[in-house]
Amino acid sequence: MMDFLSSLGDMIASVPFWVATLRIATPLILGTLGVLICERAGVLNLGIEGIMVAGAFTGWLAVYHGAGLWTGLAVAALTGALCGALHALLTVWLTVSQHVAGLGITMLATSLASFAYRVSFPQVSTPPTIQPFAPLAALQGIPLIGPVLAEQTALTLGAIALVPLAAWFIYRTPAGLALRMAGENPAAAEGQGLDVLRVRGAAIVGGSALMGMAGAFLTLSAFNAFFMNMVNGRGWICVALVVFASWRPGKALLGALLFAAFDAAQLRLQQDGGALPYQLYLMLPYVLSILALIVMARRAAYPQALMKPYRKGER
Amino acid sequence: MRLEARSRVSRGAVLVAPFAAIAFTLAVCAALVAWAGAPVGRTYALLLEGAFGSRFAIAETLTRATPLILTGLAAAVAFRARLYNIGAEGQLYLGALAAVAVGGLHDGSGFGLPPALLFPLMLAAGAAAGALLLLGPAWLKLRLGVDEVVTSLLLNFVALLFVSLMLDGPMKDPMAMGWPQSVAINPDLELPRLIERTRVHAGLLLASGLAVAVWALQRFTRFGFALRAVGANARAARFAGLPVGRTVLLCALLSGALAGLAGVGEVAGRAGYVTLDMSPGYGYAGIVIAMLAGLHPLGVVLSAVFVGAVMVGADSMSRAVGVPNYIADVIVATALLAMLVATLLTRYRIRWGRA
Amino acid sequence: MTQTPSALRLARITKRFGALTANDDISLELGSGEVLALLGENGAGKSTLVSILFGHYVADAGSIEVFGQPLPPGDPRAALAAGIGMVHQHFALADNLSVLDNILLGTEALWLPFSRRRAARDRLLATARRFGLSVDAEARVGTLSVGERQRVEILKALYRGARILILDEPTAVLTPQESESLFATLAQLVAEGLSIIFISHKLDEVLRVSQRVAVLRAGRLIALRETRDTHKAELAELMVGRSVSLPQREPRERGPRVLHLQGVSATRGGRRVLDALDLDVHAGEIVGIAGVSGNGQLALAELLSGTLAHSAGTLTLDDQALRADPRDRVARGVARIPEDRHAEGIVGDLPVWENAISERLHTPAFSRWGFVRQRAARAFARKLVARFDVRLPGIDSPTRVLSGGNMQKLILGRALCVRGDAGTPRFIIANQPTWGLDIGAVAYVHRCLLDAARQGAAVLLISEDLEELFAISDRIAVMFKGRLGPARDAAAWTLADVGLAMAGTPHGGQHAA
Repeated sequence: MMDFLSSLGDMIASVPFWVATLRIATPLILGTLGVLICERAGVLNLGIEGIMVAGAFTGWLAVYHGAGLWTGLAVAALTGALCGALHALLTVWLTVSQHVAGLGITMLATSLASFAYRVSFPQVSTPPTIQPFAPLAALQGIPLIGPVLAEQTALTLGAIALVPLAAWFIYRTPAGLALRMAGENPAAAEGQGLDVLRVRGAAIVGGSALMGMAGAFLTLSAFNAFFMNMVNGRGWICVALVVFASWRPGKALLGALLFAAFDAAQLRLQQDGGALPYQLYLMLPYVLSILALIVMARRAAYPQALMKPYRKGER
Repeated sequence: MRLEARSRVSRGAVLVAPFAAIAFTLAVCAALVAWAGAPVGRTYALLLEGAFGSRFAIAETLTRATPLILTGLAAAVAFRARLYNIGAEGQLYLGALAAVAVGGLHDGSGFGLPPALLFPLMLAAGAAAGALLLLGPAWLKLRLGVDEVVTSLLLNFVALLFVSLMLDGPMKDPMAMGWPQSVAINPDLELPRLIERTRVHAGLLLASGLAVAVWALQRFTRFGFALRAVGANARAARFAGLPVGRTVLLCALLSGALAGLAGVGEVAGRAGYVTLDMSPGYGYAGIVIAMLAGLHPLGVVLSAVFVGAVMVGADSMSRAVGVPNYIADVIVATALLAMLVATLLTRYRIRWGRA
Repeated sequence: MTQTPSALRLARITKRFGALTANDDISLELGSGEVLALLGENGAGKSTLVSILFGHYVADAGSIEVFGQPLPPGDPRAALAAGIGMVHQHFALADNLSVLDNILLGTEALWLPFSRRRAARDRLLATARRFGLSVDAEARVGTLSVGERQRVEILKALYRGARILILDEPTAVLTPQESESLFATLAQLVAEGLSIIFISHKLDEVLRVSQRVAVLRAGRLIALRETRDTHKAELAELMVGRSVSLPQREPRERGPRVLHLQGVSATRGGRRVLDALDLDVHAGEIVGIAGVSGNGQLALAELLSGTLAHSAGTLTLDDQALRADPRDRVARGVARIPEDRHAEGIVGDLPVWENAISERLHTPAFSRWGFVRQRAARAFARKLVARFDVRLPGIDSPTRVLSGGNMQKLILGRALCVRGDAGTPRFIIANQPTWGLDIGAVAYVHRCLLDAARQGAAVLLISEDLEELFAISDRIAVMFKGRLGPARDAAAWTLADVGLAMAGTPHGGQHAA
């Protein structure tokens, strides 16, 4: 027992553990913020899983065809925004079921990415690669956290920097207030001269752009190629993390880091040739997500109008 | 743009909706076919031929439709009670695994039971495995208000890893030369073929029979009444004294069992054993099938044949003209979104301009 | 009135919804500094008219001028900018946001990088002081009382510089005393030069606050009167258009005790919603429960309907304990009329016949071996529909297509037939049974309740409408913060006493320690 605790302590004190944690957390931070913005406006976006796949693919494809990495990121964001626009059209203007529309978008974006990949690369045996974002070696000199940050790319730092920006946006700007009002009481927002449908639509488009970037992190930073199953449930985990975070950006960052730390730990245990079959370690993220939902269930303060379509003149 | 509720929903519009959605889908996907560099007309003709062009093609389509009917029913019955079961994929795998556990382990000796007893036991085990996997999310939804969509989705990943674990361990087929594949079930337990020299098996009859049974259950029984009432307005159902919690849990068991049976059917009717790629997303396609059918259990049979045909036809078409067979997934996904809109339009009218 | 410049001019407004003409060629003028009452029954077209005014709907014909300028149709922003402010009956506020957030929304350009909250707060407090409306800017709206929320709604309009204020049934949720204070506020607003449209169906109020009265009936402007030249009887006749005599309480034999509550408490989500209730209801009497919305009436109704369990005390019907199960109520002959027809009363997507039997589905009358006895169920539904005069396309049509009045008749019929052919219910719990109904339907519901009482049912009537309570209750009790005062003879109460009790001050204004 003591052995186990001390080896756990060693792991937590080690640089590679924190490097892995931040890397795993990055797409979760971006994706969770994306879901959070949609849900604050009152719309569930289960399209995230597919939007991440599509963003990972288009961002990578752009870079593969010679675009810069930042352009690739922008392409991924645009892809996400387009998927978001479709989601907004379906759920906000046409008011169809948010659950089913989101799943449909996931299925559509995933299958389109696979289709386009096959059309673009009909016969490849090994996946084509690109030169991904480079680590920020210059940060090595920062005391204490320097060695960890030096292994990260600009996307990770950007994702973390986005958290206070998102919090500022939601709590301190008129647009953020409009967003919250649209998710709490859309009829009241309309009565104050706000176009609820546009506010919700904009939130979904913006949130989905973040999801697209979350996907692009996988192909442009974490790896250097596109694989069909590379998102592998990360999108659903983000949906769970938003509940865990009580719809607050700061807590979302905390949740993503906590979650990533567990994931990094299980990877480490796996590599150390843990006593248990590797599948059990791989289950951990999904089981943890479910547990997070259970733990927060009683405390969850949902936006009051979440999943309630707004139709003008209906009360 | 705004929506205006129609004063009455016409039956004709409801019947036309899925066909309109499919027509729209094929039109949109024609653009993708053209982008892939194939002639659109010929591609669709090949797709149709691949699905229905010969006795063999029809048989393949029906073979594909068999698990799809069951996962479609699983989604239809759950969605009717507004229990969003997105976990049919995982339930299917666990059902398949349970079938092998009963019919394949112990060298297929089946605990020394005769096949006549072992066969129903295998069905029951598969159904129970699927049912149990959904019971958790349903219970969490009822007691804690945890969204069942996310939990049942996440359980798909857990279930698949569990299958992988079993295929590496206790259920590993030692003869498979390292492929992750389970031992096979006792040949006596396999479902009989319906048509000579094809793969259509008796699972098709089982699935169709279950579709009728589910329809009758919803239409004529107290449970069916409660199911529909809980789905349409749970608060009013509770006020009227209908057992809301019990209805949701029973519905979860039924839905999970249907998906589990889809897995049993694949093992006993087609493969004989479990692999990690035995389902090309049957569970997710079930959602599309249920929506296309307007959640009607009998309609599920038809829309499952449609989706099966798209899958089979796309495989054969892609070999001929080189359009990736992922086009099948694109068609299925687009059909889902188009059907959502078509259903909405049966109840609302779109008006341009302001109210 | 011709001397004052007009603040608002509606010209020939017409609005149709399908076959229904909600507003038929209405022309109306609001003078500057005037209080104009818009009087009419539920469904007369008042809400449609103000929705057009506020830009929620676009009229099919007609035009609107505000202070001489044409108002672009269908744009709430234009209405706000023109100085029109609206106080909704169901407050348009987000409970989870602060008062300041609620008021600030929509007053700043959306692309600004930050809200100027401090300046906004100062301005809000200045506005509040000027009109004598105190408010805590940082309080979460969810924590405010009904009266305070209404103040926030009014401040919201004033903060935006409204010159014309529309109040939609503003007293429906207030105690008589709170209504008085609202009237004082209105007087002050008028003194500051605001013009007010006051929507109501309560005649006394209308006579009290307005200078002119516009009466709407069935979508048409029936009459426009100077308030000082008219009187209650004339307005009543104009509003209803025919003579509907509301049934009145009659002397009845009071029978044995049926319902008995002693020290009954209940909690929901960890919060105590009912606090040591004592109450007896006897056969053949109607007991009315008054109170400002949100003081535990819903919990009381749910307790008696079997959807909320009590945590302490004794709850009996005919001296036998009641379980928290709607089926137990049905089996014991309890008729239940819920507050919210659409949310709780019926399943809108299911056909009428299924809704007609839903609460007795499990009884042998309508099910056997787990199957629904469809023939018996349909026969029952047909009988019910005929007996309670429910107008509908057919018993197979989805229940949501029924009008509010017909839906209520269906629910009423289902409740009153809870014992099948065995006769009148033992006990009736009716929570706001006439809410949103027109006068004909109101009379029908009252008639049914009075008849049931005459035939020996014990009736508990929960209502926010004091007129209704005084019209048909034998005894009245007042709820406040989950507590229930003593049920006294209706004749022993004055309106003022009820009002004080609704505000939590017991016994005619003597301050509690």
